[in-house]
Amino acid sequence: MTETPIAHAHQFDSMEHQHETSYLGMWLFLGTEVMFFGGLFVAYAVYRYLYPAAFAEGSSHTNLLLGSINTGILLVSSLMMALAVRAAQLDQRKRLVMFLLLTIVFGTIFLGIKGYEYYHEYQEGLVPGIFFTYTGEHAAQVALFFVFYFFMTGLHAVHMTIGLGVVAVIAFLAWRGKFSSSHYTPVEGTGLYWHFVDMVWVFLYPLLYLIN
Amino acid sequence: MSVTTAAGPRHGDYLSINYTIRSWFLTTDHKRIGVLYTITLTFLFLLGGAAATLIRLELVTPAGDLVTSEAYNKLFSLHGIIMVWFFLVPSIPTTLGNFLIPMMIGARDMAFPRLNLASWYVFLLGSLFVAAVVILGGVDTGWTFYTPYSSVYANTFVMATAAGIFITGFSSIFTGLNIIITVHKMRAPGLNWFRLPLFVWSLYATSLIIVLATPVLAIALLLIGLERLLGVGIFDPALGGDPLLFQHLFWFYSHPAVYIMILPGMGVTSELITCFSRKQIFGYTFVAFSSLAIAILGFLVWGHHMFVAGQSMYGGMIFSLLSYLVAIPSAVKVFNWTATLYKGSISFKTPMIYALSFIGLFTMGGLTGLFLAALPVDVQVHDTYFVVSHFHYIMVGGMVTAYLGGIHFWWPKITGKLYPEKISQLAALTLFLGFNLTFFPQYILGYMGMPRRYHAYPVEFQALNVLSTAGASILAVGYLLPIVYLLWSLRYGQNADDNPWKATGLEWQTSSPPITHNFEQTPTVTVGPYQYSPENPEEFTPQGGQHD
Repeated sequence: MTETPIAHAHQFDSMEHQHETSYLGMWLFLGTEVMFFGGLFVAYAVYRYLYPAAFAEGSSHTNLLLGSINTGILLVSSLMMALAVRAAQLDQRKRLVMFLLLTIVFGTIFLGIKGYEYYHEYQEGLVPGIFFTYTGEHAAQVALFFVFYFFMTGLHAVHMTIGLGVVAVIAFLAWRGKFSSSHYTPVEGTGLYWHFVDMVWVFLYPLLYLIN
Repeated sequence: MSVTTAAGPRHGDYLSINYTIRSWFLTTDHKRIGVLYTITLTFLFLLGGAAATLIRLELVTPAGDLVTSEAYNKLFSLHGIIMVWFFLVPSIPTTLGNFLIPMMIGARDMAFPRLNLASWYVFLLGSLFVAAVVILGGVDTGWTFYTPYSSVYANTFVMATAAGIFITGFSSIFTGLNIIITVHKMRAPGLNWFRLPLFVWSLYATSLIIVLATPVLAIALLLIGLERLLGVGIFDPALGGDPLLFQHLFWFYSHPAVYIMILPGMGVTSELITCFSRKQIFGYTFVAFSSLAIAILGFLVWGHHMFVAGQSMYGGMIFSLLSYLVAIPSAVKVFNWTATLYKGSISFKTPMIYALSFIGLFTMGGLTGLFLAALPVDVQVHDTYFVVSHFHYIMVGGMVTAYLGGIHFWWPKITGKLYPEKISQLAALTLFLGFNLTFFPQYILGYMGMPRRYHAYPVEFQALNVLSTAGASILAVGYLLPIVYLLWSLRYGQNADDNPWKATGLEWQTSSPPITHNFEQTPTVTVGPYQYSPENPEEFTPQGGQHD
């Protein structure tokens, strides 16, 4: 085995073989993620079907403006990620690092705004199980809406946080010059994950913010 | 890396290349990981078996006199949880699957060796949670965690158990993902899909179920955890939740999981039946595609667990019909194995006895499954010992028997040693007799109306229960004997040559035990599997290889 830093692992025949295999693995992993969120979406759909009025009522208490801004920010972060992958393909190390850092910046802003929303909802007493003071005709069902609101966006935020960690590691490796146009699988794999998490939000946003 | 190994078969094989503890705990060799998993699963099987022993002892007498009802609830919960998630689901995929998949397809390792090792560590972590639960005082929800009991009322260690299962789910997914990608991308030259051994097909189908179903279980467990932690009403009808929704989510995983627990056994059986009747499998493509058909249909039948739970009548009818459809690919397999035996040159070596036991016991379990898929019958025998016996015939009579058959068949390849034949045949027969004596009476008990999950019962059920417990003690001998003589064989067994069964698979065309990278050079595959000749049992065409 040669000593070049990008020699393929022993079980593969070539670097190309290793890349193809890694991508397929990443896609299949994202398939498991779809099923993971899918189960939750089904549960949400059941209750929304059972309690349409309460879900609309709950939805009207979310912050539509901040949610919409956040959607835009997340889409921009995905664009940054796509540009980072392009930079890696073109051997542009500085641009690669820059776009990865921008991805992190927009991702962090998203989480900051989300945290601010959570804080406000807590103050308004909309957090079931912890501080829930909402009284109204459908209080129990509105609580159910907010259980799903917090659980779905929370699970999404956990995925974002993991993603930010991974992008940071990739950015560090990119800065150290570990990637090139002939070896950028980790960048593209991370990109796939980032876009997936972004896509989840694209579904969450209308389901939670735009019921009416 | 890539040390050139000495040519002799006893030097530099994957077991003797390095003896340090560190070399085992940091190994990324799929064969060593398979061995690590086998050892771990054996301990968990014994733990789950101990719980079963206490259950059967309690049921010798009609009065609940050995353990309290609370203790009994914990016993059957632990038995179910350990046996399902910590033995049966990982059983063949992580042990024989890990060891054999790369070898059968002529690869040097799995596609993601480090992920493979991680899967074992994650599995250990999940098992530790369950071990902690056993020590701290147990869990009493049954393995099914039905809400709102599990989410609101149970005062036992539900969260820790659910966490253990959640964590173990990752290890399942890692293994399943690894197997799928390995089969797609790592096959040797010439090994197209229709030259794959049927064991590979069955594990491919199993892995598809694992990666698609396990995440749904994960989300269901998270929702239970959330409800318990915060007291919110996701599944609590008092707070607007729907307890049936939990059952839907749970069985969306757990019914396909039943096929995770049988498909690998079918794969092993296909290998054993062909080798020991020295015949090409009858209807290769049908057997291969029936695995995929079972995997796909398995996703569409979960509602048959809920016939009496209050789902809609039309839902029940559709689920009943779809459940009947699963019988088609299952029967395809049974008939094809039987047709393979026809005019074969059959020898009753130990693995073959296990394989034939598998066919008989699986057929019994499958046919009673059809009774249960029929709505009116299910309403009568739901939650009785009939159901208990049915799924034990599949999961224990089927899967565990096939697992043992596979362990015996590949033992020479894994360890380089032959197991002692006579006592092994005796153990295999003991298992078959003991199993039937344990579980056949339970069909009758269930038909007579004895409900499951009670530690006391009316006097008229005693005779059959005593029979069942007597059978269980014979069955226990059938399980303990192999542990003793297989360990014995490691030290005193005869050395095995590379291909003691004259089998055709690629794994037999390299040394026993294999070198770390499995093959001296990547084999080229020229023919399909199972090129045996019943007229001349000595004759066979290996799938490819480096020697010959």
